[in-house]
Amino acid sequence: MAILFYICAAVAVLAALNVILQRTPVYSALSLIVVLCSLAGVYLLLGAEFMAVIQVIIYAGAIMVLFVFVIMLLNAGHETTTHRSRMARWLGAPLIAAILVELLTVIWGQFPATAKLLPAPLDASPAAIGHLLFRNYVLPFEVTSIVILVAILGAVVLAKKEF
Amino acid sequence: MATYSDMGFLLLVACVKIAVVLLVLLTTVAYLTWLERKVVAHIQARWGPYLVGPHGLLQPVADGVKFILKEDILPLEADRVVYWLAPFLGFVLAFLCISVIPFGRGFTFHGHPIELQIADLNIGLLFIFAVTSLGVYSIALAGWSSNSKYSLFGGLRSSAQMISYELSLGLAVVGVVMLAGTLSLRGIVDAQSGFWHIAGVNTWLPHWNIFVQPVAFFVYFTAAVAETNRVPFDLPEGETELVAGFHTEYSSMKFAMFFMSEYANMVTVSCLATLLFFGGWHGPVFGPALLRILLPVFWFCLKVFGFLFFYIWMRGTLPRFRYDQLMSLGWKFLLPLGLLNILVTSLAIAWHEAG
Repeated sequence: MAILFYICAAVAVLAALNVILQRTPVYSALSLIVVLCSLAGVYLLLGAEFMAVIQVIIYAGAIMVLFVFVIMLLNAGHETTTHRSRMARWLGAPLIAAILVELLTVIWGQFPATAKLLPAPLDASPAAIGHLLFRNYVLPFEVTSIVILVAILGAVVLAKKEF
Repeated sequence: MATYSDMGFLLLVACVKIAVVLLVLLTTVAYLTWLERKVVAHIQARWGPYLVGPHGLLQPVADGVKFILKEDILPLEADRVVYWLAPFLGFVLAFLCISVIPFGRGFTFHGHPIELQIADLNIGLLFIFAVTSLGVYSIALAGWSSNSKYSLFGGLRSSAQMISYELSLGLAVVGVVMLAGTLSLRGIVDAQSGFWHIAGVNTWLPHWNIFVQPVAFFVYFTAAVAETNRVPFDLPEGETELVAGFHTEYSSMKFAMFFMSEYANMVTVSCLATLLFFGGWHGPVFGPALLRILLPVFWFCLKVFGFLFFYIWMRGTLPRFRYDQLMSLGWKFLLPLGLLNILVTSLAIAWHEAG
C-alpha cells in the first residue's frame, strides 16, 4: 500500500511540475489530468472509492474537457515568455519559500512523526457521504447549490448578448 | 485461511477470466463489423461481404491483416506525442469498461466461490461512467493533434456532444440506482430477480427495471447512442461534411484502434442496458448444474446481442441529426426528462415506503 501511495504521489508531483514547465497549453492540460487521476489513486488508497471515482468524473472527465475544448477552439500555440515583472523577480522566490515553510510547519504540527502514513479506513461509501451531506452539512450544501445556480445564470447572461 | 495455494488459485482464476473475457470481446468486436455490414446490406437489398469465406465470415480476419499491413502515415504537421497517444487511450479505456461487467451467476468450484465477473466493485456503475468520461479525450486529442481542419471540427463536435449527453446518461441511471439501493452492477442485477407482484398477485412479468423505468431506459439509450457517436448522432464523423471527422488523418492500425474502441463502446453500452434495465443474466434456468451456470450467460449474451442488432438496425434506418437539433434534443428534452424521472421515481419510492 505504501509503495502504491509513493507512486501516486510521485506521479502527481511530477505531473504538477510538468503543468508549469510545459510551453504548449495542451501538454499542460494533459499533465493536469494526470495530476487529478493520481490524486484519485490516493483517494482510492485511503479507502474512499466514491471520492476517487467522483474526482475522475467531475474534474478529469468534465472540467478538464472544457479546458481542452477551449485550448483546441482557440488553437493556442506555444506560450510566449515576457521579461518578468520586477516585483516577481525580487519577491517571487522569498514568498514561495515563506509559504512552503508555513505549510510544512502546519503539517508537521498537525501530524506527529509517529502518525501512520495511511489512517484507518473510514466509512466513505456513497450512503455515508449522502447522510453527512443531507444531515450534518445540509446548509452549506444548499448554499453551494444556490451559488452554483447564480454562477450558471451569470454565464447565460454573459453568453447571450441580446434578448 | 488464505494459503499460498489459495492465492495461486485465485490468481489463476483471475487470469483465466481476463483472458476469456478479452478474447470474447475482441471476437465480438471483430464480428460486429461483419454483422453490421451484413445487416445494413440486407436492409438495403444487397448481399454485403460474400467473397472471403462462406457468407463473408472470414472478412474480419482479412480486414485485420489489411490494417496491419497498410502503411502508417504520420501527417507532417501533426503533434507526434498526442497523435500517438489518442488511439491508445481510446482503446485502453474502451476495453477497461468490460472488467466490471458481470455476465453470469456465480458458482462454487471445489469450495471456491467464482463470480462470472473480473472485478466486483461496489461502485461499478460509477467506475464505468468515470472511464467513459475520460474516453472523450481520445477523440478530442485525435482531432486536435492531426492538425487538419476536418479532424479538429470532428473533435470539437464530438467533445461538445459527449459532455452534453453524459449528463442525461448519468441522470437516467439514477432511477435504477434508487430502486436497487446500490451502485454495484451485481447488486443491481440481483435486485431484478423474480417476478413483479401487484397487490400480492404474481403477474409472471419478470422483475426487470424496464417495466418501471421505461422513461429512464429511453433517456439512457438515446444518450448512450450519442455517447458512442453512432447514427443518428454520428455528426463527429459525418462523412458528407467532415470527410471522416476526428480520425480523418489516421491510417493503418491506429485507425483500426479507433474503430475497435467504437465497437467496444457499443458492446459496453449494450451490456449496461442489459444489466440496468433488462435483468442482466436473469431468464428461465433449468436442467443439470452445468446448464444452470451456462444458461444465465446465454441469456445475458442474447440480450446484449439484441441491443447490438438494434444499433445496426438504427444505422440502416435513421438519417443523421442536424447539429442544432442534436444540442436542443440533449439539453432541452433529454435532460429535463431525466430530472423528471428522478423526481417521479423518488416520490414513488417515498410513497411506497410510507404506505
